[in-house]
Amino acid sequence: MSDARESRLTIGSDAPVLSIDDLRVTFVRRDLDLPVVRGVSLEIGAGETYGLVGESGCGKTTLAMALMRYLPANGRIDGGSIALDGEDMLAVSRERLREIRGTKMAMVYQDPATALNPALRVGAQIAEVYRFHGGLSKADALERARAALERVAMPDPAATLRRYPFQLSGGQQQRVVIAMALAGDPRLLVLDEPTTGLDATVEAEVLDLIAELRERIDASILLISHNLGLVARMCKRVGVMYAGRIVEDGPARDLLTDPRHPYTMGLLRCVPRFGMRKDQAGLVPIPGFLPRLGSGLEGCVFSPRCELATDDCRESEPELDHWSDAERARRARCYHSDQVSGMRAAAAERAPGAAATSAGGALEISNLGKIFRDGRRRIVAVNDVSLAVAPGEILGLVGESGSGKTTLAGCVTGLLKPDDGSIRFAGQELPRSVAQRGSERLRAIQMVFQNPDSTLNPAWSAGAILGRAVNRLGGLRGAARRARVEDLARRVRVEPQHLEAKPGELSGGQKQRIAIARAFAGSPTLVICDEPASALDVSVQASILNLLAELQASGGISYIFISHDLAVVRYLSDRIAVMYLAELMEIGGAEAVFTPPQHPYTEALMSAIPTIDFAHPRRRIPLRGAVPSLSAPPSGCRFHTRCHRMLGAVCIEQEPPWQDVGEGHAYRCHIPADELCDLQVAAAAGDPE
Amino acid sequence: MLRLIVRRLLFIVPTLLLVSIVIFLLVEVVPGDPGRVKLGPYASAEQVAQVDHQLGFDRPLAQRYVRWLGSFLTLHWGDSWNLGVPVFSLTMQRLWSSAQLAALALVIIIPLSILLGVVAALRRDGIADRIITVTSLSLTVIPEFVSGVVLIVLFAVTIKIFPVSAVAPAGSGPFTRIYHLILPAIPLMFVELGYIARMARAGMIEALDTAYVRTATLKGLPRRRIVVTHALRNALAPTVAVIGTQIGWLVGGLVVVETLFNYPGIGKLMADSATLKDVPVLEATVLVVAAIYMLSNLAADVIVALLNPRVRFGR
Repeated sequence: MSDARESRLTIGSDAPVLSIDDLRVTFVRRDLDLPVVRGVSLEIGAGETYGLVGESGCGKTTLAMALMRYLPANGRIDGGSIALDGEDMLAVSRERLREIRGTKMAMVYQDPATALNPALRVGAQIAEVYRFHGGLSKADALERARAALERVAMPDPAATLRRYPFQLSGGQQQRVVIAMALAGDPRLLVLDEPTTGLDATVEAEVLDLIAELRERIDASILLISHNLGLVARMCKRVGVMYAGRIVEDGPARDLLTDPRHPYTMGLLRCVPRFGMRKDQAGLVPIPGFLPRLGSGLEGCVFSPRCELATDDCRESEPELDHWSDAERARRARCYHSDQVSGMRAAAAERAPGAAATSAGGALEISNLGKIFRDGRRRIVAVNDVSLAVAPGEILGLVGESGSGKTTLAGCVTGLLKPDDGSIRFAGQELPRSVAQRGSERLRAIQMVFQNPDSTLNPAWSAGAILGRAVNRLGGLRGAARRARVEDLARRVRVEPQHLEAKPGELSGGQKQRIAIARAFAGSPTLVICDEPASALDVSVQASILNLLAELQASGGISYIFISHDLAVVRYLSDRIAVMYLAELMEIGGAEAVFTPPQHPYTEALMSAIPTIDFAHPRRRIPLRGAVPSLSAPPSGCRFHTRCHRMLGAVCIEQEPPWQDVGEGHAYRCHIPADELCDLQVAAAAGDPE
Repeated sequence: MLRLIVRRLLFIVPTLLLVSIVIFLLVEVVPGDPGRVKLGPYASAEQVAQVDHQLGFDRPLAQRYVRWLGSFLTLHWGDSWNLGVPVFSLTMQRLWSSAQLAALALVIIIPLSILLGVVAALRRDGIADRIITVTSLSLTVIPEFVSGVVLIVLFAVTIKIFPVSAVAPAGSGPFTRIYHLILPAIPLMFVELGYIARMARAGMIEALDTAYVRTATLKGLPRRRIVVTHALRNALAPTVAVIGTQIGWLVGGLVVVETLFNYPGIGKLMADSATLKDVPVLEATVLVVAAIYMLSNLAADVIVALLNPRVRFGR
């Protein structure tokens, strides 16, 4: 950080760019007033990055939309004030508001694919800001748009101007949105979950860009995210929101290493730290649910879910500065702040899971290949993949989108017919199509999908969904069927009364539990979980991961666990397979894969995870360039176009051999194991941070 | 894009063949001997049989179909049994008249109903929205023969501001001809108004609710720019598709309106030929109408593709 910036920071701290005081936002639904933001106060200084964390429904996005004065028709600002650069945002005229949006404050959204107009060229969408705010001509505005794309390090900006959003990758789309937001030189940049839904490597790329831009632009940043690691990495100060209130705030590092509100601690205990394993410590989900909007809230809103709650907490609500430490600039809305650090011990030790020892594979995949044809193009989605899953083992499958993880899973379930190779299950060759497999194998191989909303029939009750699965997969009827449904519900911890409810009436976590119970209806031996917890809030994710670990420990079930979240995969899996561009790159024990020697791709993936582990910061290894097209994969080693450890011509010309590290750990690379190990250990030791 | 058009054109061929078979069989099963239709009730049985033989009606069905199809494809559509004039020129002439009537209705109603739909969407649940929605829906559900009769009684008979006849006197200028067409065009417009306006409203509401319109708004763009460039362009696609099907559907409306206003268009020709069992004319008009229906749908799809770069780039 330059000296000039430091001085600006000190000047800026006197006059905050954004100052929100006691803001209240209410939504009206069916004539009921539902308070969504309930008296939030915060200040963001010049050049400062402020992070707002909390689970979905806590009011973070509503707060951001209230800032932009963009509430839906049934939402209104009930009280408090918002001042941007000293200007009262609640009193501005409509015309002035239009001027402010885009020039004084701008926003970057969660899903760049939908935030950009599909029918307009990228150039026109960026140029608009210059045309309508700067009054530039079309040609001049386009020229400025090109420069804006250059600023966000877009490759070939001139050509990108003429592209449509769908012709860009997710990372490039987000670059366009960022370029557009910065076009008006805003004072405040609001980033609402800017990397949620993007691949880990793309996320890292976008975060790097934001971190780098922060040094060069004038704007203060409000970063909204559910990802504590991301906030830890990007922000100087953090506010934790719960049920429309800020429950704790302070400097990011201090707050996340020494939380003083039980909710903050709860969030931290839900997420597996990188390196945490299921047999070492269980995740501790936050019990219960967010209070329903508008329900009579008395006392501390978090008290019904809080293990520290006492009668005081239930009677009156503490102020945000009930606990405060002026020197550390910390505040927490809790009567028991001093006990929060003691909660850590409460994390339940888990009995070690059933270790995967038995010889012989539950599943053996040999030389599997799957080709999709699109007109004349041949897209090889899975190329020559061989791997085995032992009985009772969890195999984690990781890789960026397009690496072939889901296609591989589809071939195992029989929903996709492989074009090459064989799949053996319990010692027998599996027919390629699910239709030829017979009910016994259908029962034995089940799948849990990412989105329970679209995989549960909305017209059926949860009990009927489970009942049908029990009937079809277990062959049970009448009382036996009912008993089995109730037993399943107990195992996935769904209350009996929820079996009467239809999916629309259940929460996201409950729906995914039903989906998991459905997969377990016929006592399967192999369950394929495709991102089963990715769409869920962290506290719900924790309970789903715990559930999957418990179910595995209770009976020798194997999983193939697909996820883009490496920390989650490492936590849950016994072994991990890494895929890149349709090929298997590395496979081995969960710990072995994450320690040197490891495939350079795994190394890069691992370095991309934002972490809350301040003691051991990791060096980011940026992946060069874009993911190559599957219809024309690179020659030699498929990873050579993006590899940071490329040797030279050999990587381009020859397919790499498998390097056997021992104990079932092997990777595909031209660099031998001991050499690669030395390189990676040296790199870690020489960390600049 | 070109591939899309060619593929769709190739798809039209089997569809038209199917229509030709259906109409051919339909004419067969309708009672009435073709020879008797041509000669009238006083002809003798021998004469009728002779005419049937001349027309080929005593041959096997399949053979007759192939023969008929062959001559139809080579544009030898024969003569009308009823009017005695060549069917081809008759159909084309009537088609041209109908096209003028339909064009007048569409030129006015398409922009008007899209405008009303957009206004309704922008004032969603407001008074303007309710007035537009209720009015357009009410006008749409009035059958053309009811609105047509009421219009004639009101504006041609009681207050004589429009002529009763839709046909202008021979040799009149274009304005007089349009003036004569206004009254018959109104029932057609009524019917179309509701469909198009409702589609435009729904498409616009959906577009206004998208993340990219939010982006445009929070970029601080002027309202006009947001509505026209960002929302409308994306909202129009479903509306255009509906207009495509409505153009084909319009023919049904033409049958009623042209009969009511005694306007010599293809709708009236089709209705007359059906009543009089004028087989060659009926078959020709049905096929022509089917072709128009499909071509207008194709045209709509092409416009939708032009509005949507995703389709244009074959993605």
